Amino acid sequence: MADTRVQGTIRKVSGPLVVADGMRAARMFDVVLVSDKNLIGEIIEVKGDLASIQVYEDTRGLGPGEPVVSTGEPLSVELGPGLIESIYDGIQRPLDKIREMVGAHITRGVSVPGLDREKVWEFTAKALVGDEVVGGDILGTVQESALVLHKIMVPPRISGKITKLESGSYKVTDMIGELEGQGGKHDLGLMQRWPVRQARPYKERLSPVEPLVTGQRVIDTFFPIAKGGTGCVPGPFGAGKTVVQHQLAKWADAEIVIFIGCGERGNEMTDVLMEFPELKDPRSGEPLMKRTVLVANTSNMPVAAREASIYTGITLGEYFRDMGYSVAVMADSTSRWAEALREMSGRLEEMPGEEGYPAYLPARAAQFYERGGRVTTLGTDERTGALSVVGAVSPPGGDLSDPVVQATLKVVKVFWSLEDWLAYERHFPAINWLTSYSLYHDGLEAYFRTEVSEEWAGMRQEAMKILQQEAELKEIARLVGVDALSNRDRLVLGTAKAIREDFLHQNAFDDVDTYTSFPKQYRMLRNIIAMNRHAQDAVEQSVSPEAIFGLPVQEEISRARYIPEAEMDELDAIAGRIETQIRELINEHAGVNELSE
Amino acid sequence: MAKEYRTVLEIAGPLLLVGEVSGVKYEELVEVELPGGEVRRGRVLEVDEDTALVQLFEGATGVSVDSAKVRFLGRGLELGLSPDILGRVFDGLGRPKDGGPAIIPEIKRDVAGAPLNPTARDYPNEFIQTGISSIDGLNTLVRGQKLPIFSGFGLPHAELAAQIARQATVLGTEGSFAVVFAAMGITFEEAEYFIADFRRTGAIDRAVLYVNLASDPAIERIATPRMALTAAEYLAYDLEMHVLVILTDLTNYCEALREISAARKEVPGRRGYPGYLYTDLSTLYERAGRIKGKGGSITQIPVVSMPEDDKTHPIPDLTGYITEGQIILDRALHRKGIYPPINVLPSLSRLRDKGIGEGKTREDHANLANQLFAAYARGKEAQELAIILGEAALSPEDKAFFKFAEVFEERYVKQGGDENRTIEETLTLAWELLEILPLSELKRVKPEQIEKYLKRTGAKAKEALVPKEATEGT
Repeated sequence: MADTRVQGTIRKVSGPLVVADGMRAARMFDVVLVSDKNLIGEIIEVKGDLASIQVYEDTRGLGPGEPVVSTGEPLSVELGPGLIESIYDGIQRPLDKIREMVGAHITRGVSVPGLDREKVWEFTAKALVGDEVVGGDILGTVQESALVLHKIMVPPRISGKITKLESGSYKVTDMIGELEGQGGKHDLGLMQRWPVRQARPYKERLSPVEPLVTGQRVIDTFFPIAKGGTGCVPGPFGAGKTVVQHQLAKWADAEIVIFIGCGERGNEMTDVLMEFPELKDPRSGEPLMKRTVLVANTSNMPVAAREASIYTGITLGEYFRDMGYSVAVMADSTSRWAEALREMSGRLEEMPGEEGYPAYLPARAAQFYERGGRVTTLGTDERTGALSVVGAVSPPGGDLSDPVVQATLKVVKVFWSLEDWLAYERHFPAINWLTSYSLYHDGLEAYFRTEVSEEWAGMRQEAMKILQQEAELKEIARLVGVDALSNRDRLVLGTAKAIREDFLHQNAFDDVDTYTSFPKQYRMLRNIIAMNRHAQDAVEQSVSPEAIFGLPVQEEISRARYIPEAEMDELDAIAGRIETQIRELINEHAGVNELSE
Repeated sequence: MAKEYRTVLEIAGPLLLVGEVSGVKYEELVEVELPGGEVRRGRVLEVDEDTALVQLFEGATGVSVDSAKVRFLGRGLELGLSPDILGRVFDGLGRPKDGGPAIIPEIKRDVAGAPLNPTARDYPNEFIQTGISSIDGLNTLVRGQKLPIFSGFGLPHAELAAQIARQATVLGTEGSFAVVFAAMGITFEEAEYFIADFRRTGAIDRAVLYVNLASDPAIERIATPRMALTAAEYLAYDLEMHVLVILTDLTNYCEALREISAARKEVPGRRGYPGYLYTDLSTLYERAGRIKGKGGSITQIPVVSMPEDDKTHPIPDLTGYITEGQIILDRALHRKGIYPPINVLPSLSRLRDKGIGEGKTREDHANLANQLFAAYARGKEAQELAIILGEAALSPEDKAFFKFAEVFEERYVKQGGDENRTIEETLTLAWELLEILPLSELKRVKPEQIEKYLKRTGAKAKEALVPKEATEGT
C-alpha cells in the first residue's frame, strides 16, 4: 500500500468544501482531484476516514458518490523561465492560456501547466562539468526578458558533482545536465517545483540597510520601506490602497515585482495588464511588464484559490530572491485572503475567534509576512537577495481595530495609514502623516546620509515637527480663528500647508508628478524648509507671514513637482530666489517702518 | 421524468431538508410540488450523503413534511433568452408578468454565470455622458463600470437612476443601447415609477425588467439580479448591445441572504450578515464590464440604501470594496432642496481618469475635477469654521472658499430632473465657479490651463488674495 494516490468518495458538498471518505491514507495539504471533472482541491482536515477538501474551482453540480483522488503531492508551483510577464490564477494556471483554451469565461477542470512547455530557452552554462555544487549554486543563465536574467540554480537540498551540463536551447521539461550526489543521480533541468505553503530556505537572514525607492514622496521621505522590509496599507474603500499598490509596483526600484490581486476587482488586473507593458521603467527604459509577474484571483473567482494565491505569489518571489535579486511582492488585498480563510473555517465548523475569523489568523498572517526579508541565499557564492512584502488591508468601514489589521500590524514594520477624509479632499496618496510610521529610519540612516544628503534626517524631522505643530494649532485656530494666532504660528500653518500640498500630495496620474527621485525629493523639501527658515527671520522682523507666502517664489515652490527630473537645476535656482525675495521683502518692510515712524 | 421524493425531513424558514436522496448535486435546481398542484422552485445548498438541503425561492408557506413532492432537475437555474425579451416585464424568477406570451428561448443560460477571465476583459475607458454635472464632471461614469448609488430612505435615488437611464449617451457613437432593470424588494410605487418613466420616454422598447416587489417572496430576490445579469450578458455579448443595468435595492437582496444564512445556523460575520457576503456580492458586481472582441458592454448602477445613512454598514461597505466607486446621496443637501443631492466629496469614480481627458472629454478635465474637489472640501471646512466663529472671523481666503462651496452646490450640483448638460457645459461652468477663488489657490490645475480657460487675469487674482494691511501687526 505504498501508493500515495489514495482514492476516496465524495460524501458531502457545501460550497467550496467537499468532504470525502476512504481518505485515511491521505496526507494533510495534499492536492486532490475531485470528481471526474478533475477539479483541483487541497486537503485541509483529516478525521479518521474523512478528509475535508477545499476545492479551488466552482463545485456546482458535484454530489455524493463521485470519486476523489489524491495526487500525493502538496500544492506546488513550477519555477523556471517563463514566469516573467505571466498572469496566473491563484494556483499558478496561466490565465491567458486558459482563455485561449476555453474563451472569455473561466470554466472548470482546465489543466494547464504553470510554465510554457513548448517555449525554447537559450541556456548558457556557468558551472562546469566536474564542479562540486550544493543547493542554490548557479548552473547557468537564461535571458528571460530584457530586464531579467534568469539564473538556473541547483534546487535546495541537492548537492553533488556535475557529471553533465551543456549550454544550448532547451524547453523547461528538457534535461540540461546531470548531477551525481549522495542520493544517487539527479537530473538537472531549467525548472524546479516547490510547495507554496513552505518557505524556501536561505542561509542567513540579514538586517535591511537600503530603502526600496518608490518615487512616492510621502513614502520615501517620511515612511520609507527597506529592501527586504514589510509594510501594510490599511484603509477604507476609496482611500486609494490600490493606487498606492500600483504605484509601488510601477516605480519601486525592485528588480522583480510580483503583484497579487487577491479577491479584488477584475478591471484592476486588466488595468495592470494593459498599462504595465506601456509604462517604461525609469531606470532601464524597458516596459515595466518585463520584470513583473501577476497573480490574479479576482473576487468572483473561486474563494479557496484566493486563499492559495498569496502563497503562490510569495513563493515566486522567494525563488527570484534566491537568484540574488531584490524582489517586491504586493498583495492586494490580504483582507480578502483572510475572508477566504474565514469562509473555509466556517464551513469546517471551527470555533470562531474575533469577528468570525479563525483563531489561527494572526499566526497565518505572521507566517506570510515573515517570508519577506533580506537574506544571504543558499549557494557557495553568498548572494544577497531581498524580498519586500507590502500587503493592502481593507478593514470594514476603515476601522483599524479589525482583526486582520491588528494581526498584520503585529508583524509589519511600516504602516501607511490611508484615511478617507484625506481622500475626500483629494489629497493623494491619502497617507495620514501623523499616524503612519516606519521602523526602518534607523537602519536606513547610513544610506540616506551617504546617498542623499547629510542633512536629510534633520530636514525630515523638521518637516514632521511642523506638521505636528500644525495639528495642534489647527485645534486652537478652530476655536479662536486663524487671525488670532501669532505671526509665528501662522507661519507654521503656512509652511505646513506647503509641505502637505506641495510635497506630500502627489498626482499618480500626472506624467511627471507620478515619480520623484530621491535627488528631486531632497531639493523639493529643502526649498520648503529653506523658505521656512528665511521666513522665520522675516517674521522676527515683524513681516507678516501672508506677505511671505504671497511672494512669487511660493508659487514656484508649489509648482516644483511638475519640473521634470532632467531639469533639476531649476529647483536649485528656486532656492536662490527664495533667499533674495525674502531679503527684499525684509528690506522693503524695514523701509516702510522707517517712513511711518 | 425526474425521480420524485416524498421524504422531506425538516422545514425551517425557507429551507427544506430532504432525506433518502441519491445522485443529488450541489446547486441543482429543485421543484417542490404541493398537494394543490402548485409548484415551487428551489436550489440545493448542501448535500451530505443521502440528505439534501434545499432553499425555496418562494418560501415554505404551506409546504408540509407529509405531502410535499420533491424533484431534482439535474441542472442549475436557467433563463431562456431571445431578442424578444426586450420591452418585457418579468417577475423575479423570469416569468412574464406583463400578461404577454411566454418567451420562446433561442438559448438557455445558467443564471449563476461564470467568472470572467481577467485577461479577456477590455478596460472600460469610454466616457458616458449622463448629463449630470456632479457625475460627468467629478465622478465620471465609464462604459463597463459598476458605479453604485449609496442612498438612504426617502432620498431620490430612484429619480437619479431613472435620469441616468434616460440621458446616458456615449459621445460620438451610435451603438444599440438597452436597459436591464432588476427590482429587489422595492415597493409597488417605486417599481411603477420606473416603468412609467420608461414608458414616458419610450425607453421601454429597449428595456427588460425583472421585478420582485416587497410583497413577493423574499428568497426569490436572490435569483432576481442573476436573472437580470444573465439577460444583460446575452444582450451585451450575444447581441452586442451596450447595456445599462440598474439593480435596486441591494440592501433587500443582502437581507434575503442573511435570512438563509440564519436559517442554516451559519457563523455570522458583521451584523449577522454571512461571512461570504463579499464573495456573493462580487459574483453580481463583477459581471459588469467589457470583453475583448465583443461589441457590447455592461454598465451597472446598483442602488444600495444605507441603513441609518451609515456608510460603514456591511452592505455599502462591502459594495464599495467591489465596485469602481460610489455616488453618495446626502440628506443635508436634500433638505436644502438640491437635486440631485450628490455629496461629491465622499463620492468617487475609480475609472474617471481612464475615461476623461484629451480625445474623450477635454484635456483639462482631470485637473479641473481635482481642483473642484479640493476647493469644495476647503469650502466645507470654512463653513464649519464659520458655524463656530461666525462668518466675519474667517480669513479672506476662507471667505472665498466659503462662497465657492455655496455657489458650487447651488449651480454645479443642483440641476433639474430633466436637465441634460453636455460635458462642455459642465466644464465651462466649473471654470466659471473657480473665478471666485484667488489664483494662487488654484494649485491642481496647470498654469497653461488657467491661461486658456480662466477669464480673469493673474494680476487681479493677486489683489483678491491678500489683504496685506489687514493682518499686519496682529
